[in-house]
Amino acid sequence: MHPAYSIIFFTTASGAGYGLLALLGLGVAAPGAILPEGRAFGLVSLGLAIGLVSAGLLSSAWHLGRPERALWAFTQWRSSWLSREAVAAASTYLPTAALAAGWVLLGRLDGWVALSGFLAATGALITVCMTAMIYASLRPIAQWHNRFTLPAYLVFSIMSGFVLLNALLWIFGVGSPWTFSLALLAILAGWLIKIAAWRSVDASAPPASANTATGLPGGTVRSLEWPHTEENYLLKEMGYRVARKHTRRLRGIVHLLAFALPSFLLALCLVLPAPAVLVASVLAAFSQLAGLLVERWLFFAEARHTVTLYYGY
Amino acid sequence: MTSYPAHTDKQLGLVIDLDACVGCHACVTSCKEWNTGGHMAPLTDFSPYGAGADGVWFNRVHSYEHETESGCRTVHFPRSCLHCAEPACVTVCPTGASYKRQSDGIVLVDEDKCIGCKLCSWACPYGAREFDADVGVMKKCTLCIDRIYNENIPEEDRIPACVAACPTSARHFGDLGDPDSSISRLVEEREGIDLMPELGYRPTNKYLPPRAYSGKGAAVSAPPLEAAFPEGGFLAWVDRVLSR
Repeated sequence: MHPAYSIIFFTTASGAGYGLLALLGLGVAAPGAILPEGRAFGLVSLGLAIGLVSAGLLSSAWHLGRPERALWAFTQWRSSWLSREAVAAASTYLPTAALAAGWVLLGRLDGWVALSGFLAATGALITVCMTAMIYASLRPIAQWHNRFTLPAYLVFSIMSGFVLLNALLWIFGVGSPWTFSLALLAILAGWLIKIAAWRSVDASAPPASANTATGLPGGTVRSLEWPHTEENYLLKEMGYRVARKHTRRLRGIVHLLAFALPSFLLALCLVLPAPAVLVASVLAAFSQLAGLLVERWLFFAEARHTVTLYYGY
Repeated sequence: MTSYPAHTDKQLGLVIDLDACVGCHACVTSCKEWNTGGHMAPLTDFSPYGAGADGVWFNRVHSYEHETESGCRTVHFPRSCLHCAEPACVTVCPTGASYKRQSDGIVLVDEDKCIGCKLCSWACPYGAREFDADVGVMKKCTLCIDRIYNENIPEEDRIPACVAACPTSARHFGDLGDPDSSISRLVEEREGIDLMPELGYRPTNKYLPPRAYSGKGAAVSAPPLEAAFPEGGFLAWVDRVLSR
């Protein structure tokens, strides 16, 4: 599948933003002061979460052929995961706005503000699941239509949100060994899921063959001549092959930037003095976001659509 | 509501005879000609006469070599929308632009609602949908709804343009939901099949596989080349000398 930059940025940025929003919302809703109550922290952390989410959503709208008609996308939630994603994303803004108003403007975290936090966290996680289901529901693409897509999106969202939250807490001087230890655990969980997903994808059989695609049973079906001499929409959109050539190297980059380096940096925090922990935490966040962009690029570029069978791939 | 109807009154569709198709692309060009002025018009072309020509087509003809134990043959394979009974292209649509008609089972796109998210083309295993980057919406085969119901053209022309153009009668049009229709009987007689049935889209269009070799046909190829002048003599000597 063609890796459209708008969609790669959208799923990565809004994934991290929703993960951070979910953790902030739950942190506010949980009894006891888990998060710093200061307005400044609320402004910066919620601002980052909402900024990432909104930039991602705008980027995905940019991907549309007719963005001015985007409101139609709220109508088909009964059948379409994309429509459900739109509804969930828009709905999540309401409790998020209430949370931001209560925390940043009024400086309170109790009562309805805590409830808004819980609702914003729920909405954020539901939206991430809707995004994942868009891909997981597509039967022509075996690399997406499997049991790993949904948990991977969800865990990656929480993982990148946790790494961001840890960095923010240390920037505000209120980080603790708990925060980087939990972020480290989240990275290890994400790493395991990605390894399992790649192993499963590599071992999976394609959902159809050139024989069943053309209805010519038995023997071998070879593409003799394409219908057209130039690339068409199908080949540009679904016949993307560049990444498969470099799969091993790109997967190595993902292992390094998204998982190995951030875990090493956060593990190092156990022995580092506080100022160095701050630097390591921020570096871990940047490294992971870069790694996740490559991971998401591979997610698209490695995906094989059954239409390529007609072209002899 | 983009959920498709559980049952349609008719199941209009095509039956394509892979035994008869000669790969002339007449169906491709007549489809383009009709539909670039029809319901889904225009079928935009970019750089049509230059390098990197790119455009929207509803029908494409591939050519394959099918090699089995009984031999190898060339098969020409027209590919277009199959108007599936369970079209995922309809259910994934977030706007309701993509729909399947209750009356005749034809899958269509409402171009005024399409936001051009391209998800329907990802959901189609057959590559039936092509995006028009100029208009910013998805386009697809309409089964020529503007011909088959068109009372302004002679009755014999009220068939899809691709069917009308086919010089070898490899394409047949009719109601596949009616077991007594001529094309349903053709499918039964020739054991017509679904493409990629394992994906569960239940396509309406059927393909008739090439018939098995009868072995009775006349030899059409020239006899193999033989050794020059096996009877010997001067020319055989010349052949030997020149072959050294």
